[in-house]
This record gives sequence, C-alpha cells and structure tokens, in this order.
Amino acid sequence: MTDVAYDVDDDTIAVVEDTDLPRRLKDEVYETLEAREGATVEEADELAKAVETRYLDTRVEPLDPVGTVSAQSIGEPGTQLTMNTFHYAGVAEIDVTQGLPRLIELVDARKTPDTPMMTVYLEDEYATEREKAHEVVWNIEATQILALGDVSTNVADMRVQISLNEDTLQERLITAEEVAGIIEDSLGVKTVQQGTQIEFGPEEPSYRDLLQLVEELRDITFKGIEEVSRVVIRREELENGNEEFVLYTEGSAFGDVLEIEGVDASRTTCNNIHEIHRNLGIEAAREAIIEETNNTLAEQGLDDVNVRHLMLVADMMTNRGEIESIGRHGISGSKESVLARAAFEVTVNHLLNAAIHGEVDDLDGVTENVIVGKPIKLGTGDVDLRMGSTTSGSGQAD
Amino acid sequence: MQDTTPKDIGSLSFGLMEPEEYREMSATKIITADTYDDDGFPIDMGLMDPRLGVIDPGLECKTCGKHSGSCNGHFGHIELAAPVIHVGFTKLIRRLLRGTCRECSKLLLTEDERDEFRDQLDESRKLSRDLNDVTKAAIRQARKKDRCPFCGEIQYDIDHEKPTTYYEVQQVLTSEYSQRIAGAMQGDEEEGVERTTPDELAEQTEIELTRVNEILSGSFRPRESQRKAIEKALDIDLTEEDTNKLMPSDIRDWFENIPDEDIEVLGINPERSRPEWMILTVLPVPPVTARPSITLDNGQRSEDDLTHKLVDIIRINQRFMENREAGAPQLIIEDLWELLQYHVTTFMDNEISGTPPARHRSGRPLKTLSQRLKGKEGRFRGSLSGKRVNFSARTVISPDPTLSLNEVGVPDRVAKEMTQTMNVTERNVQDARRFVSNGPEGHPGANYVRRPDGRRLKVTEKNCEQLAEKVEAGWEVNRHLIDGDIVIFNRQPSLHRMSIMAHEVVVMPYKTFRLNTVVCPPYNADFDGDEMNMHALQNEEARAEARVLMRVQEQMLSPRFGENIIGAIQDHISGMYLLTHDNPRFNETQALDLLRATRIDELPEPSGIDDEGTPFWTGYDVFSELLPDDLDLEFTGTIGDEVIIEDGQLLQGTIAEDEVGEFGGEIVDTITKVYGNTRARIFVNEVSTLAMRAIMHFGFSIGIDDETIPEEAQSRIDETIADANDRVEELIEAYERGELESLPGRTIDETLEMKIMQTLSRARDNAGNIADEHFQDDNPAVVMANSGARGSMLNLTQMAGAVGQQAVRGERINRGYEDRTLSHYEPNDLSAEAHGFVENSYTSGLTPREFFFHAMGGREGLVDTAVRTSKSGYLQRRLINALSELETQYDGTVRDTSDTIVQFEFGEDGTSPVKVSSDDDNDIDVEHIADRVLDSEFESAEERQEFLGSKPRPTNLSEHADDRLAEGTEVTSDD
Repeated sequence: MTDVAYDVDDDTIAVVEDTDLPRRLKDEVYETLEAREGATVEEADELAKAVETRYLDTRVEPLDPVGTVSAQSIGEPGTQLTMNTFHYAGVAEIDVTQGLPRLIELVDARKTPDTPMMTVYLEDEYATEREKAHEVVWNIEATQILALGDVSTNVADMRVQISLNEDTLQERLITAEEVAGIIEDSLGVKTVQQGTQIEFGPEEPSYRDLLQLVEELRDITFKGIEEVSRVVIRREELENGNEEFVLYTEGSAFGDVLEIEGVDASRTTCNNIHEIHRNLGIEAAREAIIEETNNTLAEQGLDDVNVRHLMLVADMMTNRGEIESIGRHGISGSKESVLARAAFEVTVNHLLNAAIHGEVDDLDGVTENVIVGKPIKLGTGDVDLRMGSTTSGSGQAD
Repeated sequence: MQDTTPKDIGSLSFGLMEPEEYREMSATKIITADTYDDDGFPIDMGLMDPRLGVIDPGLECKTCGKHSGSCNGHFGHIELAAPVIHVGFTKLIRRLLRGTCRECSKLLLTEDERDEFRDQLDESRKLSRDLNDVTKAAIRQARKKDRCPFCGEIQYDIDHEKPTTYYEVQQVLTSEYSQRIAGAMQGDEEEGVERTTPDELAEQTEIELTRVNEILSGSFRPRESQRKAIEKALDIDLTEEDTNKLMPSDIRDWFENIPDEDIEVLGINPERSRPEWMILTVLPVPPVTARPSITLDNGQRSEDDLTHKLVDIIRINQRFMENREAGAPQLIIEDLWELLQYHVTTFMDNEISGTPPARHRSGRPLKTLSQRLKGKEGRFRGSLSGKRVNFSARTVISPDPTLSLNEVGVPDRVAKEMTQTMNVTERNVQDARRFVSNGPEGHPGANYVRRPDGRRLKVTEKNCEQLAEKVEAGWEVNRHLIDGDIVIFNRQPSLHRMSIMAHEVVVMPYKTFRLNTVVCPPYNADFDGDEMNMHALQNEEARAEARVLMRVQEQMLSPRFGENIIGAIQDHISGMYLLTHDNPRFNETQALDLLRATRIDELPEPSGIDDEGTPFWTGYDVFSELLPDDLDLEFTGTIGDEVIIEDGQLLQGTIAEDEVGEFGGEIVDTITKVYGNTRARIFVNEVSTLAMRAIMHFGFSIGIDDETIPEEAQSRIDETIADANDRVEELIEAYERGELESLPGRTIDETLEMKIMQTLSRARDNAGNIADEHFQDDNPAVVMANSGARGSMLNLTQMAGAVGQQAVRGERINRGYEDRTLSHYEPNDLSAEAHGFVENSYTSGLTPREFFFHAMGGREGLVDTAVRTSKSGYLQRRLINALSELETQYDGTVRDTSDTIVQFEFGEDGTSPVKVSSDDDNDIDVEHIADRVLDSEFESAEERQEFLGSKPRPTNLSEHADDRLAEGTEVTSDD
C-alpha cells in the first residue's frame, strides 16, 4: 500500500488507489476529500470514478494512427508559414532563417543550417558583470587582423606592415607578441615585432607572394572561434527579476564554446541539431528538434500546434540513435518494404535493387497494403473483432 | 464467378528471371514486327497475336478463353539474336566486372576477406542498415588486387562508357618503344640528366647488350620484365593504353562462372538473381492488355508507345540475324548489335542520360517502361497508391444555412446515379418494391436488382413495375441515395483528416452540393466556384465506421490544437455580436422569430417589462436559451470584456469570435468537451441560425460611404503624411551629410532604410487612428473587425486612411531602373514617394505610380503563395510518408507496423491532442467534480450515472436520432 500523506481513512485510500489515475490526480482527490470532511467511502469512490472517467477521456485511444495525425498537424499549417528566408528572431541584430525554409531544413536534418547560431548563457560573475561577459565574447568571436589594426604592404621593401591598435589589443586581451607568434606559426614567416608594429615579408622578393601573404593573413583567426563571425551581447531579465548577460552568435561551434570558461554549458544551445547530437547525444538532439520546430512555428504565430506532434516527429527522426532525415535519404528511404519505397521516390531504382537483393515484401506497412488492395493495419483495420459470433445471452443486441 | 475472388496476397518477392522462365511463361514467340494484316486481323506470332490476350470486346482469348475485361493478358517473348545488357543494372555489371577475375570469375578476395565481408553484410542486414556500404567496400577491396588470388591471372581495369559499353583497359608496350628509349638515352643537359650508353643500360637492366641493341633498333619487343627494368633505369613510361571492348556475350560468359558464394558477399541473392540474367538473351513481350491500341475516328489504328518500341526491336533483331547468316563483316554486325542494344535500352528506360531518347513520329519522346512507373502520374503513385473509384460524384458547392452541419445537400441527379445495396428481407421488402417500382428515373428508385441466383438485372422504365412485383426477400436492390444515407465528402487539398468527413444525405433539386457554412473552416472551402467530391459507401462496415468516426460532429475538435475547428463564422459572428453587444431588447414576436429555427419553441420568463407595459426579452436571454442548462464559464472575451455564464445563463459579455467562433471558440469548445459532440453540433447549428436571424433582424450592409471620412479628418491625415515626408527628408539629409548614426550591427544604408520604414509605418498608423476616430462603433466595418467576423483595423486603415508602404522582400521598393524605381524620379531619389509609399487610401484612389508599386507588392504575394504551396505540399508528403505507420497500441506505446517502439507513451504522457487544448496542461477540475458528486445536483439518476462514467454516453449515429436531447423521443436505431 502506498503511503498517503493526507488525512483520509484506509477504505478511501483503497478505492482511490484502485483507479487508473496518475499519482498527481490521486493526490488531488485526497486533497479534495480532506478539505471536505465527512465524505463517505461511497462518495469517495464515486468521486474517484468520476475523475477517472474524465481522465481516461483525455487519453489517446489505442490503435489511433497518431503518426498520420501528427504529420498532418505539422504539414497543414505549412501553407500559412512565410517563405521569406530572413527575418529577425529574438535578437534584431542577427538574421535567422525562419518559417517554411527553416522547418524544411530541420526535417531534412541538414548537416549545417543556413544560418547557424548559438545562444550562449554565462555562469556566475560572467553573467552579471559586463567586463567579464566581454571576456567571454572575445574568446568566442573570431578576431581577424583587420579588427586589430591596419595592414599595409610596402612594395618597395616587399614587406607587409601591420600597425596594431593598442586599445583594441587591450580590449580583446591579446598582446602584440601573441599576434606576431600566431602569424609566424600559421604563415611560416619570420616577423619583426616592435611595440605595436609587426613586419614580415616573403622569403624571396616576389610581388605575387606578397599579395598572397596578405590574403592569408586576413584569414587567420587570432582569437576566438573561427566559425563564429559575430557575437551580440544582450542583457536579459531572468524570471526572478535579476538580469544577466546572454550572448547570441552568428555562426556556431557548439563543442568549442562549451569548453570556454564562463560559459554555462547546461543552458547554452545552438540551432544545429547535428552539433548538439555530437556533443550532447541523441536525447539532447531530440529535445533540440522539438525546441527548434516549436520555435519556428511559434515565431509565425502557430504556437497552437500541439508539442506532442513535434515530439513524435523528433522521436521518429532519432529512433535509431542517430539523426535521420524525413524523406528519401532518411526514414522513407530506409523502409523495409520495397513497395513503400518505390511508391515514395526514385521508383525504378528501388525495384531494380530489390530484384538484385532478392528482397521479400511482407506487406506489413500502410502503403504496401494500399497498393496490394488489402485493408491497412491501422485503426479499425487493426482490430479482429466480429459481432455475434457467439450469443451473449444478455439480449443487448436488437 | 465466385472462383474469381481475389486471393489474399501474403508477401511479394523480387528477383531476376531466368531466360528459360521467360520462355516458359510465354504464350508465343514473336517473330514478325507487323501487327495487323490488311483485313484488320492480328497476325500470328506478331505483336498483337491473339494469344497475348484480348482488348477488343467480344473476342475470346486464345490462351485462356476468357473475354476482354477478365483476361489479364499473357506474355510473349522475343529471342534476341545476340545478348544485350539490361540498362537498369549497368552500374552493378561494372562493379562485378571490376571485382571478379577475368579468367576464373571468382571474386578477387581471399577467402578470409570474403568471409569477413559476409559477416559484415549479415550484421548490416540485422541492423537494417544500407547494404550498399558493405558491398561497395568489398568491391573497392577487390579492385586493389592486380592478380587473382586463386588463378593468378593479371587483372585489368574496366572502363565503362555510359550507358552500356564496357572496355578492358590493358597497359601494353607502345609501338614507339625504341624511339622513346633512344630519346631517354640522349639525356637532357638542361635538366642535368646524363647520357646513357647502351652498355650502361645493359648493365643497369641486366639485359644482354645484343638484346639492348636489338631493342633499340626496334627488331625485338622487350618482354614485360625487361620493359619494367628499362622503365626503371631510364625513368620513362613505355606503355600505352589498349582498350578491348567487352561484348555482352563475353560478359555473360564471364558472369556465368561467378560462384554463388562470391555473389552473396556482394549482396546479391544467388537463388533469385544470377548475375548473367542481367544480360538478356530473351526479351519478354508485355501482353497486349498492357499496351492496348486505340482505333481513331477515321478507323486507323494507333499503337501504344511500347508496341512501337517492340516493332523497332524485332526489326533490328531480324536484320541482325539475316546479316549474321549472310556472313556480313564484323563491323556491320557490331553496328547492328549496338542498335539492338539501343532499342532494348530505350524500351526499358527512355530517359537515360547520354542516349538520345527514342521519339515518336511527331517528335514526342516515347513513354516506355520506366516512364510508366515513375513519378506522380506513374503506376506506383498514380494507379496503385491512388486508385480511381466508382460511386463518386463531383460538383460545385454552394451554401445552405438551413442544413445541419452534419448534412449535405445532394442534387437529385447525383442521388439517382449513386446507389446503395439493399439486402431485401421480410422487413424491408415493401420499401424495396417501392424503390424498384419507381424505376431508375423516379427519385427514391433503383437502378439494378440482383436475384438470389446471382443474375443482375437492370431496372428500366419499362420493366420496373413487373420487376417490383418479383422482388422477394433474398434479393439485392441497388436503390438510389435517400435522405439520411451516409456519404463521404471531401475537398482537395486534403491537408488534414477534417478534409474528408462523412455527411448525411439530403436529396435536393438543382445541380450543386449544398453545405452548411460552418463546415467551411475544416474543408477550407468557400463558394467562389469550389468543387467537392462525394463518395457513396458500399458496405455496412464502411457505413458504420463513417457514422461513428467520420461524421462532421465527431470531427469538431482539431487534433492540431485540441480545440474546436467548427464554429460560427463571418456573418454568424457579426450577428451574435449585434445580438449581445448592447444587449438589445426584443418583444415576444421578435424573440420567437429569432429562435424560430432552433429547438426552442417556448420563451422563458420575460427579462423585464418596458415602460409601455409590454414584456421584453434581451439578447442575452435569447442567446442563453441555446446553452446547456448547467454551463458555467468565465473568461476574457473577444473585445476584452469579461464573459460570464452561470447556470446556462449569459450574464455579462459580448458573444463574438473567441466565444463561438471557429478555431477555438471558448463556448463551443467547452460544450464539445463537457457535453459531447452531439450537444455541440446542436449548439453550433442553433447559434448559426440564431445569428442569421439576428443579423437579418438588425440589417447589416457595407458600402463605400461607410469608409468615407469627413473633410476635416482627411486634411489631418494629409498633414500627418506631409509631416512624415518631412521627417523622411530630414533623415535623408542627415544621411547625406553623414551625420546618421548606424544601429548596432547595421550599415548606415540599412539604418536609413529601417528608420524611413519606421517613420512611414508610424505615419500610416496615425492616419488610421485619425480615420478611426470618425467611425462610429456601429459602423459595419468596425463591427466586423471588432467581433472578429472578418477584416481587421488594418484593412479599415487602408480603406479610409492611407494604404502605406509597399514592400518587396521586406524592403521598400528598390528595383526597376538603374538607381531609381521609375523614370518619373530623379536617380538616387530616396524619398518616400519614389520607393513605393502609397499616401492615398483605397477610397480616395491611388495615383498611377502608387498603383504600380501596389501591384509590385501584390505580385510578390502571389508568387510567394505559389512557391509556398508546392514546398509545403512536398513537406507534408514526406512527413506523412515517414510517420504514416505509427499507431498507438493497447499498452500505450507508439509503434510502427513492424512493431518498432517509437515512443513508450504518446507525447510522453499519453494525453490525446484532440481532447486537450495544446496550451493547456491536462487539468481535471477535481474540485468541480467533487462539487457535483458530493452535493449530488443531478436531475435524474441517468444523468448521475453518466457523469460518474458508469454508463457511457449514448452513441449518436444520426442527425435524426438525437435521443434524449430532443426531449420525449425514444432512442431510435439507425434504420
């Protein structure tokens, strides 16, 4: 017998526990009974039964074709989504793919989204102090040479001259020595560094090599993560009224960001489901798919789509432990039945391959049975009940 | 007839066919390319041989003796003069050629390697991974070998020239070997390569000096080992590529020797598909039923594309044989062989890249086998997944507010065509006779009868009377549709399950289907020429399922968001708003008239007595008559006021969209969930009729005067716009002076655009607000916007205030000429006017330039919609295809049809998305239930039982079986 923390008698507990109610509702029943002293066991039973009826009424029925219903519930509002690729998400400064293109991208499980971005939450003092938060920003945002100073080419001496900006260096927490070191390492040249001036040139005087060096120099990431081109810092209000700094990035490198000091790895997310899968595993990827599809729909005012539909899609996409796309290269293409695959896309190839592999179609699924002209195994087609095969004697039938 | 019952198909297996099998199943060998002789009879052993099946009615099949329609046709065959390659398998053939030994045909893998790959393959199969990854790896491994591990034969590279030619590429000694060696021995002073003397060469290569000299003179061809030695010594390449074409017959011989065990490793099932069967020696000829010829009006026969292609194949095949027998030169034979290959290739697939498609005389590419299967209209998607059906009708729809939402008005001519099968028993024999005696033309008539012996008789005007007398129990009568029959009704695109619902028939005159307007939202239908389809159900099981599961009232709640999708729309909402907004008074006649089409035939106690002493009823009281007696509700309504309903009495608030509307009208939603679908259906029907009566009582119309504003307001609007223009000018000047400060993360240009857009949109809003002030609350456009019936304040702003900025791609209009939108403007003019700001309103009319910009914005919208529909259609097709097999089980799990568990409980908590609104937690109001149970406020024991759940709510099967809801009527069964 379960422990009941409410002041009700054992018989009442017995009748309530006898129902199929979940714990939450049982407790609520006890609470109600406790509040209304003097309810008899019969009354308690009736109450419990009435609650149970109501509860069972809100449950999905067995043999409900939930897959099709979910697919329709997501697909049908697709016509109401915008086509405009760019729109502003929560942060006006960062363009994010929205609407139908984003939904298609998610369902396709593209390797990289059109506009990768991350939302980086910060820990402790990093979240509250602007200075500290900026420290994290410089560790994330890719810093190129042009942000640090001016680059000029001295054609006469065949030298590249960099004049670094003292203030920027300090702000971005990098020294001229470090800059020079990075240039030496990545370009393989000797540099001459004097204060904020750095100079170097090709080994042999060649105009082409000089220009090449400048080109390469511009691509070097001196600090931060190469993939992240921009970071926007925003002050956001927390539920408890406090404020904290949140970083929004253009470009994503989820794994790298999680390693950076000051980043709250438990809340930081990114919009690339594959990166989440790689770093946090399949369950996190499932959660990310739900979250992203839900946000995409909500952004377009379709937040009334039941999350359960999105969950089913996400569960289907992650069912095998890796992210599978919805469509010919994913779930539909790896179906067991030849006919189902042939009826979806690339018909002829599937048939030819089936012949070579000597495949056998057991006609379990929906499409196959439609093709063959048999009742499908869903809903009423999944029940094998016949009326009146034995006489029941109760005389209920007319 | 009974023995033709189709058998239940258990499974389908796929494989290649052996040539011998083709011959065995063939009804005849085909040798002549001609089809019909001069008299129009099919030629024996020709492509239309009568043994291949019958297509003309009345003829008998020479193979099975059946007539056209019941004979499925029989295959024939063509003996190909030489083997040809099957185009579908060219890639696999290439892989096999590369992976097997050219001499002993064994797979070029050691036994260990082979076993390893086989294990991997089994593993992949178990995990249902893609087998191709393993087989490709196996071939890659095998290709690395340059010698056969079994017979030691040297392996050559295989070149594949698309589509069907294969070459063996060998490295052989070039014919200019002596020159090359001599050249290399000269050395190169610039490069610092020294001269080599023949002596040195002989020493380095360990070839005798005399031999070296012979080689240098070109009189001796060096052996392979010698060649390699020379190549190494002089660092040169003495080889050239020699390609040797592999004829299909060679390939066939090669493949015949591949052992079964080796094939398995490549994922091929040797029991079903031997690789040599990929090279055809016999070509099956599809039965004539698969390629029927059509007789044109002028009596000429027009043959099917497949027949044309087969004619080509036979012609070339014969020429090939004749030429070969006549001993034609190899070159000609090869040409013919290639031609035969081309025809067989295009017979199977006419869209191979690199080959010109075979064309019809008119220049249209032929539709051959692959093309028949492929694509949306192909066999799979067009004929097998989607089938054409009988007993269906399609016509234009039109509204009929007098119907129940469960009903559909069916034109009598449709009702007379669609039939339902009646099994005549003693109890319905009278009805059956009546139907038959009415004949096929009279309305509740019959079209066919079937006697107990299985004979089917057509009911005609002439024989109907006599036939009617003969009808007895045991007969079957195909009677017309009558009122109360259940049919399925559908509007494309069928985007969700509410696009296909069951309705009860009401037979009506004229030619359109009639619908109650409240079912427009689920079908997304309007009456601007929309057509819909109707399907008459043909067996009792289907009819029962339709009644219980598919009827409109069962689909009131949308599974997408868990609220009602059916509710009052448009004028219904305006009507309810007028009825309840100021809570107007009605005298007895008026009140009764409002409730005329509802179940209410007696008015409640009057709400009060007016100054003249006559009793009156308020709008609230009239509306409250429709509510269930014990309904309690309280929520914030459409116009922001509190709506309070207590004990089925509306006490406060205005009834409008959020109360009774489609897509989640609170009252409709609550009634559906608490009182059941039947009660909700009655409520929606009654609300809509009450609203129609109300709107007719008050009168409701809209005209141009309703959007015209006084002179004074117009000048204020003009001022606002002028002001906005000035501000835009200021911004532009600031920008040109370089004083504009850019927003974070934006360029100066973008900042300017954004600021201008903001200024102008504010200007439009201000204009709208000014216009607004001059509209009374009873202005019909305002009523519609406020009640949520149709339109918004934005529409009103655009009609009376200013249309505002036109946008393309979310920006001001920036396209057209170089540096300007239209030639009416100076280049680089950044002003509001030059970039599509429309300062006029729709009532005042647009200037030509404004009109043009407006059209640009409008066009973008049209293009966008067109692109969106196709994209989202494909998205939905993919989603449905991926998820269609998922179903909840009795244990609560969600599994696909092969029993893979996808979710342990649907949506993590097993809550139905239909019954619970998506933004609600599944809250059950225990407190409220306790109130009712413990305080026992029930009118009858039955109601109490139902509330407790010990007695289920009666299933309502028909509009005309409303049981206790329509008081006094007994529970009646369906028929």
